[in-house]
This record gives sequence, structure tokens and C-alpha cells, in this order.
Amino acid sequence: MNKTILIGMAAVALTVGACGRKQAPPEIPPADQAPPPADPNSTDPNSLEVVELPALQADLVAKAGSDTVYFGTDEYSLDQASQATLAAQARWMLANPNVRASIEGHADERGTREYNQALGERRANAARDYLVAQGVPSTRLVVTSWGKERPVATGSNEEAWAQNRRAATVIIR
Amino acid sequence: MRLILSLIVAGLAGSAVAQDTPQAEQEPELVGGSVRTNVAIAVPVMPGDMVGRQVAEVIASDLRSTGLFTPLGPGGIPGYSVAEAGNPAYPNWRNAGVAALVSGYVEPRADGRITVACYLHDVTAGRQLAQQGFAVASADWRRAAHKCADLVYSRLSGQQPYLDTRIVYVAETGPKNNRQKRIALMDSDGSNHRYLTVGRNTAVTPRFSPRGDKLVYVSHIGRRPRVLLYDVATGQERLLIPGNHITFAPRFSPDGRNVVFSMANGGNTDIYIVSASGGAPRQLTSAPGADTSPSFSPDGRQIVFESDRSGTQQLYVMSPDGGGQRRISFGGGRYASPVWSPSGNLIAFTKISGPFRIGVMNAGGGGERILTDGWQDEGPSWAPNSQFVMFHRSTQGGAPARLYAVPVGGGAARSMPTPVGGSDPAWSPVNN
Repeated sequence: MNKTILIGMAAVALTVGACGRKQAPPEIPPADQAPPPADPNSTDPNSLEVVELPALQADLVAKAGSDTVYFGTDEYSLDQASQATLAAQARWMLANPNVRASIEGHADERGTREYNQALGERRANAARDYLVAQGVPSTRLVVTSWGKERPVATGSNEEAWAQNRRAATVIIR
Repeated sequence: MRLILSLIVAGLAGSAVAQDTPQAEQEPELVGGSVRTNVAIAVPVMPGDMVGRQVAEVIASDLRSTGLFTPLGPGGIPGYSVAEAGNPAYPNWRNAGVAALVSGYVEPRADGRITVACYLHDVTAGRQLAQQGFAVASADWRRAAHKCADLVYSRLSGQQPYLDTRIVYVAETGPKNNRQKRIALMDSDGSNHRYLTVGRNTAVTPRFSPRGDKLVYVSHIGRRPRVLLYDVATGQERLLIPGNHITFAPRFSPDGRNVVFSMANGGNTDIYIVSASGGAPRQLTSAPGADTSPSFSPDGRQIVFESDRSGTQQLYVMSPDGGGQRRISFGGGRYASPVWSPSGNLIAFTKISGPFRIGVMNAGGGGERILTDGWQDEGPSWAPNSQFVMFHRSTQGGAPARLYAVPVGGGAARSMPTPVGGSDPAWSPVNN
């Protein structure tokens, strides 16, 4: 992935560590491609809201079969069933060019809270990369993580955990 | 601590109600490797209207929560006059079988505030050990009560105070698959509870600034986790860094000037640091993998964090510029959510080896001890005197987690009073 200077931020060199000179550090990676907020330098939390589109979500599920793919414990690789689902989602996205999607990664409760934030992002990123490989423009996709904060299955057993390890494609404006 | 407490306990042996054992055998009772003392301490109603009783109740409750005392009263034991507060009838208390006594009074002041006087007595020796007066607005009587309890606790245990503190945590309500999570603030005994966020966005992992005047926490705004910087007095908040990034796991540096946090991008999560007053973040880690849960040492010279760069979650330390990264956990199993003790000696963590348990290790690694025995205990946070670790405990099934505190020396974890379920507790510094 090309690393470009983020709008509104400058790269800052690290100070030299005790062990000797380092290479120039990578700049802050760009945020996921999305229509830029009105003011990229804004620190107002209210500038970040996102609008879901439930009717189109239902259409995605009806036409692609599912808006969700699932993962093994502590894994973020896509099995064949997931790939097939994502391919169908990609076809839907190409047939509906005026919306974006938030690819949202989740983890089960059998991990600590902050690690699961990272794991959710890995899962969402894997699904997003597959959609891009199927031809969906990356500018139409944003990646996010819910960690373990939003389970769909409430049990504390393998069946529930398997349902919670997922990446969901949420249609947004 | 043991010397001071053993004097009190030895004193108890000499009282009329003591067990029939010689004084030499009245050592603090050792239970599972921890020192358990039940110093009988009387806390009668203080003279001074209703507030005198309320102050005594808070003191007794605080002392009970330390696990070191068996408070008697305020109900069911004799009171006293203001004149007797500084000079109690020691023989009467000795006959009642108590080793220590907390007395005082509450009086209005000319400026509209109140004075809360606090005396600690060694009943066995028949003398005063400590005294202090507190002038507070009458609505702040609880602060004076906590300060008095801290005086008693410190003087008798030899430890720094920790009772006059606040706790910020994630209040959790509702069913497991539609749970509301919002930031709440309360006194360390559960009083003065209030919500800081309204609950529209899922909010997690709050932490205090070193002076207790600000918080950092994570809110899922616009369907993404973002770190927010929140001013406790005004309620004003802003994004820690501008732009559309996934950020989480925020902690202040010990001088309060910087915030260290995780940022996830392209399937990789690294640790960054940014000035709390704004500016460009600097990247500290770059290894492939999930680097998160950073925590500064109290001298500001090191950061401990977790990383799965080796294949499993383990603990690492590094300099504040990201240099010298090296692993410190080698005990088998996985290690997460490290927090450096305020004393600088220990690192608490979540140990994952089937169940999740809270443990501590020496700051250099090694000397690991597991402190809890729940199914899923995680998210440790230190009391400001490094004597207790708070965490949250989840149980199998649908109930929200609850907050607990465990003594670092060993002993049972006890649940913290919250009105609803809770997770991710963080302790403030001792209030001024």
C-alpha cells in the first residue's frame, strides 16, 4: 500500500534511540479512503456521523445471500464460503454504485477487549481487500472494528462464539 | 505494615475479649499466603447532627473495604460528646475488646462550611495516634470522611492513602446482544455516581490523567472506535487526533503531557504517541501484528505494551521513543492489558491460559503471581497506593460484568458497589 502524507498532518521524525540511528520512520498511514469530512483537521466528534441505509441492506442480503462472513478462533483468513459470499457482495456493490459500505469486524468474548479491537480490524480489512480484488473501488469501502462489543449470539459456548467472529458489510450513504 | 498492625493485634490479645492464647501467638493470621488482620476498630457516631452519623458510617465502610479492619459501629455502640472526642474513656473501650477507636466531631463554621475533626486512638496503649481537621463545604462531608478513613488506614498500615479517590468505568446495561456501554464516574465507595456519556455511542476503556482532571476514552462514533479527550470539570471533549482513523487503547503519560494509544490500519495495529494539547502523532511500533494496551512506567522512562508479533499475545517494554523493544513475559500462556504500578515495582496484566486471570509480575519480568480465580477476569487498574488492583469479571452467559478489587498481597477479590454492571475501571489519583 502506498504511504502518502495524510492531509492536514506532517510526518515527524522520531528522536534517535539509544541503540543508534534509525531509518526515517514511515509517515502516518492514510485513513481509509472515504469522502473526506468537511474539515480534515476537525477534532469535533460530531463531524463523524455515518448514515445506514436499511432498505438497501435488505436488498444486499436478498441478492448476495448474506451480508456477513465468519472466521476461525483468532483467525482472519477467508475460507471458500466467505470468498463466495464476498464475491456476491461485490457484484451487488458494482450494481449499486451510489452507496458505500462499512466493512465491520467483530470478535468473540474469548479475547481481551483491546486485542479484540485489533482483531476486528484485521477481519474487516481482509474482507475489504477481497472486495477490492473483486473490483469494488476502495473509495467506496471503509473498514472498522467493533471488537467484542457487539455480539449477535449471547451464549458462552462454541456455537455462539462462532457466530460472533464475523465481518459484516453495512451499506451506508 | 506488619510491624504496626502486629502491635495492634498483640494489643488485642491483652483485652478482655481476646482468645485464650498467649500474646506471643497473636500474630496476624496467614491465609493462603496473605496477611489477614481483623483489627477491631470502633467508629461511634460523631457528635454533630445527622452528618456526624453519616461521616462515621462512611469511615466504617471505607475501613471495612480495605480488608484490614473489623469496624464496630456506628450503630450499637456508645457515642460521646465533643469534649470527649480527643480524650475518650480508654478503659471502657478496652473492656469492649477493641484495639483502636476513631472519634471526632462535625461543627458549623462561621464561613458557612463545616469542620470535620478526626482522631485515631490506640485503645490498648490509651493514647492518641493521629488527628486532623478538615474544613469543607457542608455538601462535601463525604470527602472529609474519606480523608479521615485514609488517615486511619495510612497510620495503621504504613501505606499511602487511597480511599479519597474516584473511579471511572464503563457502565453496562441491557441484554448481551444490545448492550449499552457508557462512561460513569463515582467515588471509590460507589457514592456520587453520575454518567458522563449519554449512551448513544458505545464507550469503553476510560483512563484518568495524572492529576485526575481529564479522561481519555474510546467512543464508537460514526461506527468507528476513536479516542476522545474529555475535561471532567466542563464535560467538553474532542477527538484526540483529527481525521478518520481507528484509534483505541489510550493512556496518559505520567507528566500528563502526552497520550499513548493504538491505531489500526490495513490489518495492522501499532502504538503511537501524541501531545495532549494537539499536534501530529509519532509512531512508536511498526512490527507486523497487533500492538496495543500501552502503559507508562511512573518515571516516564518506559512503556509496557502487549504484542502478538511472536504469534501469541505477550508483554514487551520499550523507551518512550519506541526504541529498545524487548519481551518480558515468558511464563507460558498469553499475556494482555499490562499496567505499570504507581510504585514502579510491578506490572499487572491479564493472563490467558484457558480462563482469564489477573496477575502481577516484577517490572523487569519474572516473579509472576496470579491474584484471581474467575472464569474471565480482565482489564486491571492500580489503586494509587499500589496495594489493590481493580478489574472486571465476566461470567458465562448473558449477565453484564462486575467490578472487583483484589489486594496485591493476596486475598479474596471483593466486588465494588456499582448501580449497574461495569467494566474497565480506572482509579483516580488521591483527591486534593
